[in-house]
Amino acid sequence: MSEEDLIRPAGSRSEGSVPESAQRILELADDELILGWRNSEWTGIAPFLEEDVAFSSIAQTEIGHARAWYELAARQTERGGVDADALAFDRDPDEYRCAPFVETRLVPDWARTIARHWLYETADAIRIEALKASGDPEVAGLAEKIDREETYHRMHADMWADRLRDEARFRGAVDELWPSALGLLEPGQRDRLCEIVGREPVEANERGEHTEELRPLWEEMTMVRRSVPGASW
Amino acid sequence: MIFEIFRQEREGQPFQHGGSLEAPNLAFAETYARELYGRRDESFALWIVPRESVEEILDPYVADVFDRDYRRVDGYSLKVKLKEARELAAKNAPHFPREETSAISDLGPA
Amino acid sequence: MLTTVRLEDTEFEAYVQAGGAVETGDAMPDDYRSALIKFIEMHGNSELMGVLPEREWILRAPTLQRKLALTAKVQDEVGHSQLIYRVVEDLGKPREACLDDLVAGKTKFHNVFHYPTKTWGDVAVIAWLVDAAAIISQKALLKCSYAPYARIMKKICWEESFHILHGRDCILALMTGTDEQRELVQEAVTRWWGPLMQFHGNPIAAEDDPMYRWRIKSQANEDARQQFLDGYVPQIWELGLTVPDPKLRKRDDGVWEYSEPDWDELKHVVTGHGPKTEERLGFRRWSREETAWVRSAVLADAA
Repeated sequence: MSEEDLIRPAGSRSEGSVPESAQRILELADDELILGWRNSEWTGIAPFLEEDVAFSSIAQTEIGHARAWYELAARQTERGGVDADALAFDRDPDEYRCAPFVETRLVPDWARTIARHWLYETADAIRIEALKASGDPEVAGLAEKIDREETYHRMHADMWADRLRDEARFRGAVDELWPSALGLLEPGQRDRLCEIVGREPVEANERGEHTEELRPLWEEMTMVRRSVPGASW
Repeated sequence: MIFEIFRQEREGQPFQHGGSLEAPNLAFAETYARELYGRRDESFALWIVPRESVEEILDPYVADVFDRDYRRVDGYSLKVKLKEARELAAKNAPHFPREETSAISDLGPA
Repeated sequence: MLTTVRLEDTEFEAYVQAGGAVETGDAMPDDYRSALIKFIEMHGNSELMGVLPEREWILRAPTLQRKLALTAKVQDEVGHSQLIYRVVEDLGKPREACLDDLVAGKTKFHNVFHYPTKTWGDVAVIAWLVDAAAIISQKALLKCSYAPYARIMKKICWEESFHILHGRDCILALMTGTDEQRELVQEAVTRWWGPLMQFHGNPIAAEDDPMYRWRIKSQANEDARQQFLDGYVPQIWELGLTVPDPKLRKRDDGVWEYSEPDWDELKHVVTGHGPKTEERLGFRRWSREETAWVRSAVLADAA
């Protein structure tokens, strides 16, 4: 992601719509929301109880980070009345900007879940590092804050990846998810990911097109909210 | 492996047993201990101890085969001796000020 | 090595009745041990099965705040089952054996977790009233003669207090919302009232119940129910909600009168015939089978 997009001057924003800079922030927010949503599908049914508690925390921090990015995007949106919840729930599925990587339902496959978790955290660290250097102090500040919590995610992801390294199903899952994982990052950041995880670059599964799984996810995610439009919950 | 978790609620307080958890190794145990005993910031510090490393002594009192009351407060009864000493002092040295002898009574429970 | 002294049951009973605490390594009558395992295991089962009526609504929570709070609540419940099953394991029944028996339908869990969660109104009522009923029982266990159980109950009660606040907050948001939202709450209260009145069990005379003699429990079922009614019926009424029991009233002497709960339904449900029993146990069996390889790959060192 280019820094210019995050700090585009206010004049370039079109009246009454979400400005392009906020749209970039929405990519981050949507990735975290949808991945957090998918990870929370494990709450209550993780492989063992201690891990269940740990993985629920990860899902919660992801949703928490999504909320922080949505709040920032809402502040950068000129139209009043848009809040984090409206951005998270009240857009059409086609308006979401998350990468296909985070959309897939992986329950009850723990090998693929950990493969995605590990690849995501590793890629996210690269992205967050770049955002910490953003010219927009709000973006840089938030990235700094988020990075502190992500440290625990990375610890957890590395611990698991290390443990499952010799499992054929884990290695297969990493192979399978690799092109989508690359699609999380801007092209310029991908070499770094290849370097850290020790894999060759391949053609990325790019952000832009959604998988078929996003719409049913959205239907479920918004069903209560849509049942009484405009209500407070 | 079972790990025993001890938690310190606030800085400077003693560690207390919080519970136990199952984990394959210390790295997992550390992650899980943080989650189970720290996710609401309810602990200042944690100790994680593999259960095998906890040597439990359920009857720590070493039996009194011989009288060992010299190590305990209740092994010292000064009341009678003090009375005797005061009487003796009064008889042998009637000029000795009473106030100074009273220091003896601070020595311990009579 | 500890020299164990075989305590006579009466002597043991006198000891716990006088407030004596029992630790894991202490000598205890076999009947006491098996009663503890049965009781505490059912508590663990209930926490774990109590996750299922709520977890699917994590995915449907209508705001980010509600989603976070509900995830945290369900997470706590899983955490409670972890703590509780560890206590059972130290008493001699391994966690895997508890889970085997649970999914095979050999052991029980609380009646309220056998029912469907139909709407977001149910989610709010569960967090408010079902948790309130549960916390009354759990607070009484703080005085349990088995000390390791009493100790974890402290942590559990502390975490539960947040759940009730979350529940009440959800209820208030709905009750101050639209007519449709208020209707969601009323329907849920009506649906859950029967199971809630059965929750604390039928009245048993304390002297007939070994659970009191051993001070595993120290609160009679009817006392728990009276405490629930006294604490929550006024809260229900003040919001303009109706309780589906025409006989419900507080007498001048402070005792609540109510229609006889359906004890046949309670028995039928907890013996594995609730509307959602089979589906939920089936779901647990499925998820457990799907992740069995992880436990054998990862917890292998533990063996």
